[in-house]
Amino acid sequence: MSTAYQIVVCGSIVPDPLQTLEPVASPTGPALKNDMMLPAWLDPWAGHALYEAANLAKQHAGSKVTLVSLGPKAKLQQVMMTVGQKVPFELVALDGSASGFTEPAETAAALVEAIAALPGLDKSKLLVFGGWESASRGAGVTMQCIAERLGISDVFLGVDELKVQPDGALDILERIEAGKHQISRCAAPPAVLGWATGNLPEPKNNPQVGMVNMRAVMPALQKAKPVKVAADGVTFASVALPKQMRDTRIVKDASPDEIAREIVEWIKK
Amino acid sequence: METILFLAHTETEGTLAKPALEALGAAKNLNAALPGSTLVAGLLGGNTQPAANQIAACGATKFLAVTGADFAASRYASDAAAAEALCKAAGATIVVAAGTARFNRCLPGVAQRLNGRADTHVSGFSAADGRVAVNRWYYRQRMEGSLTRTQRPWVVLVDPGSQTTWSGAVGTAAIEAVAVTLPDSARRTTVTGHREPAADAQTIRPDAQLLFVAGAGWTKKQADGQTHVPEAAKLILDFLKLTRSSLGSSKSLVDLGGEGQAVLPFMTHLNQIGQTGATPRHPKGLSTCCHGEEPHTVGWRFINERRAISLDANCGWARGKADVLYVADAFQVMAKVNALLAQG
Repeated sequence: MSTAYQIVVCGSIVPDPLQTLEPVASPTGPALKNDMMLPAWLDPWAGHALYEAANLAKQHAGSKVTLVSLGPKAKLQQVMMTVGQKVPFELVALDGSASGFTEPAETAAALVEAIAALPGLDKSKLLVFGGWESASRGAGVTMQCIAERLGISDVFLGVDELKVQPDGALDILERIEAGKHQISRCAAPPAVLGWATGNLPEPKNNPQVGMVNMRAVMPALQKAKPVKVAADGVTFASVALPKQMRDTRIVKDASPDEIAREIVEWIKK
Repeated sequence: METILFLAHTETEGTLAKPALEALGAAKNLNAALPGSTLVAGLLGGNTQPAANQIAACGATKFLAVTGADFAASRYASDAAAAEALCKAAGATIVVAAGTARFNRCLPGVAQRLNGRADTHVSGFSAADGRVAVNRWYYRQRMEGSLTRTQRPWVVLVDPGSQTTWSGAVGTAAIEAVAVTLPDSARRTTVTGHREPAADAQTIRPDAQLLFVAGAGWTKKQADGQTHVPEAAKLILDFLKLTRSSLGSSKSLVDLGGEGQAVLPFMTHLNQIGQTGATPRHPKGLSTCCHGEEPHTVGWRFINERRAISLDANCGWARGKADVLYVADAFQVMAKVNALLAQG
């Protein structure tokens, strides 16, 4: 049994993690210093979700991948120049904050509005993908809020594998504690999957895919709907960098025997 | 006045695991810090009486439970239905639960369903003048925030390992059963099993006293111009076997496979710590052959005592981040460490 899936990937952008991040107070709450200047990239786990979506679509003829992305339009454009060369997708852009200090429930509401407005949305074919946590808020909440708002009761988090069975059932591996996976079988779509790393490497840039994507990506960015995403009801008392400097004792010129003895004593203490 | 619901799912044998008891410790502290607040216990699982008895002395005014075969396995639809019913039955304004894989999956959805809000990965609580604040980290453990919120119910998922475990005498608790009838739509998913490494290949141990962090240096060329991956693998596995430590890896190490370079055969993405991996909590951490500055060092943000072995005395992974940095060859040192440990 072959199904053509409608795969919606929810994914936003985050600051390049190699940048120095510093919190500052803004009129609307905490923010990152020089936020608009920081180079951005696709949220890593959302990226894995996108690559898994494209792989699934390739295996099931007629499937379609739509990336719904909420972020500042200028930065989305910058990131899509790269991401658009990886795999085929259609973009629905929402122009709003991608800050880690916004509320996942508000983000979810904006994303669901965009998903619900997708032409020809058919829940019996719908798979909603995303990262299981963002690299900004790091909450792991948005996907469940999306599921609830869409009325989807099959939700999986920390997904590393999805296999479609001959009868159309979905076998899903989710990360659980202690390096284990739970294996579940979901009868059929609709389902919401928050992806962890998955099994696929990042696809190489493909200029042909990039050219096809860009024809639709640029118009999608131009008509990105402005959305207000904040953190209503939340008051931040503080946001600060950790006091992480330790007074490191540096042991040089000790023999491996001496070091080993000290380490073993410390382990056993 | 806040009604604090301590919410827990039972393990296979019907008892509560350590993360749940940590969440109970946090709920108890919150209850004590908020005069006039009420503590209610809510349990869900295949068999809940052993868990209720386990925490009979916790001071909860009620023990509510959703019990039955439908609620034994970790499944979003049934877990969410049970948790929703327990929150409603308790009249909960604050829900404190352990941030287990099972609850991290379902409780944010329950908060949405109840028009409340959820905060996950909470690592600290405070209460002053009747206002509750929680601490959590942002941008992959790069900065810590303290926040309060007005929405209720407020579902707070506590990071395992961050709180003191509640302990008390086992007793006999009278459970008030909360009935939940699942619709067919909640049974579309079935849990068919679990996949885990063989016992001797299990390298992730959340309860271990020590996290051993293996960096990319283990698979790089050594002083003789050759790589020594099999020797590295044996040294690391022997150490893990002798100490029952948990194994973490820097991202670069687990990604080397994708780049066609030599890798340690037992290392997977699940071992990864740091920016796109885990930030486990252990009392001690020993890093070897790791290098890098922030943000790579966030992988051992929550390790209390840290020691490192590196050939680079100025390594950003260790200097200012570790308590002790041994400037030495990890191959040589770990061989000696293993020999001493083997002697007992």
